[in-house]
Amino acid sequence: MTEQLYYEDIVAGSEIPPVVKQATTRQLVMWAGASGDYHEIHYDKDFAQSRGLPGVIIHGQLAGSFLGQLVTDWMGEHGSLRKLTCSYRGMNFPGEVITCKGKVSRKYVEDGEHCVECSLWVENPQGEKTVLGMAIVTLPTRG
Amino acid sequence: MVEDTLNIEELRSKIGIDWEPVVCNIEKGMIQRFAQAIDDPNPLWQDEEYARRSRYGSIIAPPTFIQTVGWDQFEKQFQLQVAPLLSGGRLNGGVELEYYQPVRPGDTITVITKIADVRERQGKRMGKMVFVTFEKTYKNQTQELIAKCRQIAIWYQDRGRA
Repeated sequence: MTEQLYYEDIVAGSEIPPVVKQATTRQLVMWAGASGDYHEIHYDKDFAQSRGLPGVIIHGQLAGSFLGQLVTDWMGEHGSLRKLTCSYRGMNFPGEVITCKGKVSRKYVEDGEHCVECSLWVENPQGEKTVLGMAIVTLPTRG
Repeated sequence: MVEDTLNIEELRSKIGIDWEPVVCNIEKGMIQRFAQAIDDPNPLWQDEEYARRSRYGSIIAPPTFIQTVGWDQFEKQFQLQVAPLLSGGRLNGGVELEYYQPVRPGDTITVITKIADVRERQGKRMGKMVFVTFEKTYKNQTQELIAKCRQIAIWYQDRGRA
């Protein structure tokens, strides 16, 4: 595990270390089994194409979970995720290298808790943001 | 015609009504399979020794695990309550999760779902679309609030057949 992140360590604009993923169709099937989401557009190419899609696509919730990992890796064991949102703006396809990124938008103290709000996104190989998200975490302080 | 405004009205009449609660027992293997499916090596999700020494004292689930709890039952309820009213393809529009407590192996989670909102929109590429927002509340065996989740599902007209 990486070193614990503290509230004092970050400022607005601080970048979250990226997480790179390359989902295979096998991983999509693992996700279907683990999540219970058996929608055929994620593993049946003919079905996906009959629905007007170019091929099978990555589950939105899987891409969202990649953003979850981005945040939990960054905040460390003593950080807590309070809120996570994901909005799916484009499709991600198996085999593509996708990069999960994030940036601190603001930090503030509320009810004695040290909160950090971040914007998050998933970038496809063309540099397009296919998932936009936001997270609020609380972090420990050095004091 | 793919959509029928009457059906949209019927769907709107279901807004705010709680569905039958779904009860799920969380097993360690479910959490492990979830972490493996994301390919997330964080030892808090899978390494019992490590997790025992952590501030949580046991394995916990990755935060995004909660939205899959009761998903297959949700799909069944959804097929009965919502699917007959809409046609075309379905996509996941987005999700908002609020976390209050981590999920641990051995927890019994009760999920209550309701439709929070129904909207129609004209899309540029995909024609007429229907946005349905589902709101889910998750509680554990001691009635503690674990998480809340809002999911948006989008129906679009089937371009292949329209």
